[in-house]
Amino acid sequence: MNRAADTWLIRKATLPSGQSTDLLLHDGVIAETGTRLAAAGAQVLDADGLIALPGLVDLHTHLREPGREDAETIGTGTRAAALGGYTAVHAMANTEPVADTAGVVEQVWRLGREAGHCDVQPVGAVTLGLGGTRLAELGAMADSAARVRVFSDDGHCVSDPLLMRRALEYVKAFDGVIAQHAQEPRLTEGAQMNEGAVSGRLGLAGWPAVAEEAIIARDCLLAAHVGSALHVCHVSTAGSVEIIRWAKSKGWRVTAEVTPHHLLLTDELAESYDPIYKVNPPLRTATDIEGLRAGLADGTIDCVATDHAPHPSEAKDTEWADAAFGMTGLEVALRAVQQAMVETGLLDWAGVADRMSVRPAAIGRLGGHGILPAAGGPANLTLYDPAAAPEPVDPAAHASKSRNSPFRGVALPGHVVATFLRGTATVLDGKATS
Amino acid sequence: MNRHLIAAADLSRDDALLILDTAEELARMSDRPIKKLPTLRGRTVVNLFFEDSTRTRISFEAAAKRLSADVINFSAKGSSVAKGESLKDTALTLEAMGADAVVIRHDASGAPHRLAGWIRGHVINAGDGMHEHPTQALLDAFTIRRRLGGGRSGAGGLDGVRVTIVGDVLHSRVARSNIALLNILGAGVTLVAPPTLLPIAVDGWSCEVSYDLDAVLPKSDVIMMLRVQRERMTAAYFPSVREYSRRYGLDAGRMAMLPEHAIVMHPGPMNRGVEIAAEVADSPRSTIVEQVANGVSVRMAVLYLLLGGAELTGEPR
Amino acid sequence: MHARTDDGNTGDGNTGAGQDGESPGSCKRVLEPAEVRRVLTRIAHEILERTHGADDILLLGIPTRGVPLAQRLAGRAAEFEGRPVPWGSLDVTMYRDDLRLRPARALGRTELPVDGIDGKTIVIVDDVLYSGRTVRAALDALTDLGRPRSVQLAVLVDRGHRELPIRADYVGKNLPTSQRETVRVHLAETDGEDAVLLGEWKGALA
Repeated sequence: MNRAADTWLIRKATLPSGQSTDLLLHDGVIAETGTRLAAAGAQVLDADGLIALPGLVDLHTHLREPGREDAETIGTGTRAAALGGYTAVHAMANTEPVADTAGVVEQVWRLGREAGHCDVQPVGAVTLGLGGTRLAELGAMADSAARVRVFSDDGHCVSDPLLMRRALEYVKAFDGVIAQHAQEPRLTEGAQMNEGAVSGRLGLAGWPAVAEEAIIARDCLLAAHVGSALHVCHVSTAGSVEIIRWAKSKGWRVTAEVTPHHLLLTDELAESYDPIYKVNPPLRTATDIEGLRAGLADGTIDCVATDHAPHPSEAKDTEWADAAFGMTGLEVALRAVQQAMVETGLLDWAGVADRMSVRPAAIGRLGGHGILPAAGGPANLTLYDPAAAPEPVDPAAHASKSRNSPFRGVALPGHVVATFLRGTATVLDGKATS
Repeated sequence: MNRHLIAAADLSRDDALLILDTAEELARMSDRPIKKLPTLRGRTVVNLFFEDSTRTRISFEAAAKRLSADVINFSAKGSSVAKGESLKDTALTLEAMGADAVVIRHDASGAPHRLAGWIRGHVINAGDGMHEHPTQALLDAFTIRRRLGGGRSGAGGLDGVRVTIVGDVLHSRVARSNIALLNILGAGVTLVAPPTLLPIAVDGWSCEVSYDLDAVLPKSDVIMMLRVQRERMTAAYFPSVREYSRRYGLDAGRMAMLPEHAIVMHPGPMNRGVEIAAEVADSPRSTIVEQVANGVSVRMAVLYLLLGGAELTGEPR
Repeated sequence: MHARTDDGNTGDGNTGAGQDGESPGSCKRVLEPAEVRRVLTRIAHEILERTHGADDILLLGIPTRGVPLAQRLAGRAAEFEGRPVPWGSLDVTMYRDDLRLRPARALGRTELPVDGIDGKTIVIVDDVLYSGRTVRAALDALTDLGRPRSVQLAVLVDRGHRELPIRADYVGKNLPTSQRETVRVHLAETDGEDAVLLGEWKGALA
């Protein structure tokens, strides 16, 4: 798919700063900005009322390929990402086989390039087979064509403190970052949902906040001790936000992400025993939502990451304890963030651009992404209509192969109108172009 | 009343009293020469048991048979479930066989909720994970009412009755159902357990909590001992069975601290010598054998009230 | 399961006119309190006559209003004979053939003498005889309780429209009715006064 020669004239888009401008996209870059631009032969898109965000970057996506192509493929997952306004996603390592060698990460990277809906940046496993006992060949993955910089055993916590220390130290050699799934395993054996009033009532084994917070605190101290970069995946508790705020105040190299679902949904949804609401880390309480939103607003939490975790229907059409953890998120993330952060006045659109594109690209060491729209910059853009009337989410209409969206039936504002990847439209008029 | 009996917490006081009053009449019929009633002829009740529980299954089976229902026992062992069939597929199979009601025992909390969304028949929860066991709570309330009932024995609610529940509340569906139902019926509930065996948010429950059994005993009309599984010890919920028994077990000495009229209950199966001493279990104050007999009457009442009348129209929930 | 007490005294619990949800329009009083009293006295005499002094007799009222009727009949018979005449109640809910036509009903009480019903002459007492289905259920219930020597039937009102081969041995009043009409029996014990009311049925089918 080589349409780099496409020329697009986007009229009257609103930049995250609030300024209105025309954007001329040519040859993969933003050739020109200004008012009343003209270009012969250019395709014109009227963006009056639309916000031009830098193409969104997801630090945390499960694309399932290789191994679980019944749940998602790189093709369907990246199309879903484009429809959600993303131009780059980080593909988590818990595939089958696990992305713990240069061979697997290169395969994922290559499949992503072929799919073309957005860039796919593989995340490498920290430990062999996510086993938590021996380091994977982090250097080989870093040196591979995929140029891996983010390493994570996501789904599993690197709970062994010594191994975590070594991983943090080791990746300093190539400016890597360890993205930790913070979950103390002994405190969460058999855990099904947030430990609290609802779990007690429902008789579901609890996943206590402290199991997350204890690991985050330990990892911050380890990162400080070895002077390395720690990224905390899917922060879910108000207490975690406090710890990260404290670590950042010390000047330590700690970053963090929060998911759209943790910004909007609480554990009371488990009352239905419908495992569509089963996720790891679990949905927490209204107090936690408040803490997470405040943390994202003040920058303690650097970015929104989807933790898009597709599952086939049989993994959810079952009793709660038997069901898989995880929710899809790519296609509704921006709308959910508008609902949770913009409608509440906690973030403006410049803030959204920062938390959903600029910072995640920086944490992922991802070149060519996360750059605010400006002449000479890459033409990775998302045109978003924030005034679109709230529509109920219909997972059946999603491009993802899976239907496990917790926002099913929830009316969310906004609409992704178009997505451009290096000047080529991957989404136009809300529809994927290929 | 709802179309299903999934949780005691879903019952209104009127529903609960209706079940107890119906059970009372049915209990009176159970000493007749012919115990069988023709009421549910032609109806099919499936006992769908994913956990071994001979006593509960037999109790439901006896109840259904006394009402002339056809009973199909489906146990997960050696079945398609053991071969990996999902609960949903099992449910749809039972539906196709014409089950009018499914009595389900499952180790996953919420399994009856899920089942109720998949089938059109009535769902009766015979115990789901750590969630609820509503017919146990109903038979316990029935037993308390018969033994301690106010003006006329076996009538009305349990207003003002002081019930103490002792033991592994955290993992106990019996405790959850009992707390809910006893509250509905107006009884006051006190939980006594080591702090490790209480839910973390128990302070939000409508009951008192104490760690001191001896202090609570003289203020109890009913003492309900929960089964304590020895496996809990390995998960460090308590240091040893002996220590548990010393602090939270009911022995003859502690029984003597109870008021004259107080009764001792246990949902069974008992660990004699752990949570309850043999001489307590066998004492006249113990209602343990009565509870079993009352279980059949209460389950007959539930089956009759759910299946005996007109089918309510409406979609499955 | 919206169980309700089956005290509509509509006779036989038959479906159709005169059921739950009825709202009688204009009501005609067919029997006044004094007439109810006289009728019961007559039935008590007839029972004594037909059973040769009520040896081994047991009056069983069908809840709700058959029970006070049985009690009154037993009381009067005892007065005339100068010795107690046993009575009790027989709930037939679990034996009804129309259970599935209505939400499950709360059960009435069955009270029998300690020596049971074997070998006795049972007089089933009910307020209204209509389709005969309640009596059919009562006969089935009796079969499960023992083996009486014989079974008779006493009713305050027979309104006709039998659907089964059943007739009453003692009838207070034969009341020809249309199926569109309702018959309500009021008794002092349950309703504050004695009366039999005939009304137009106006309600919707339950």
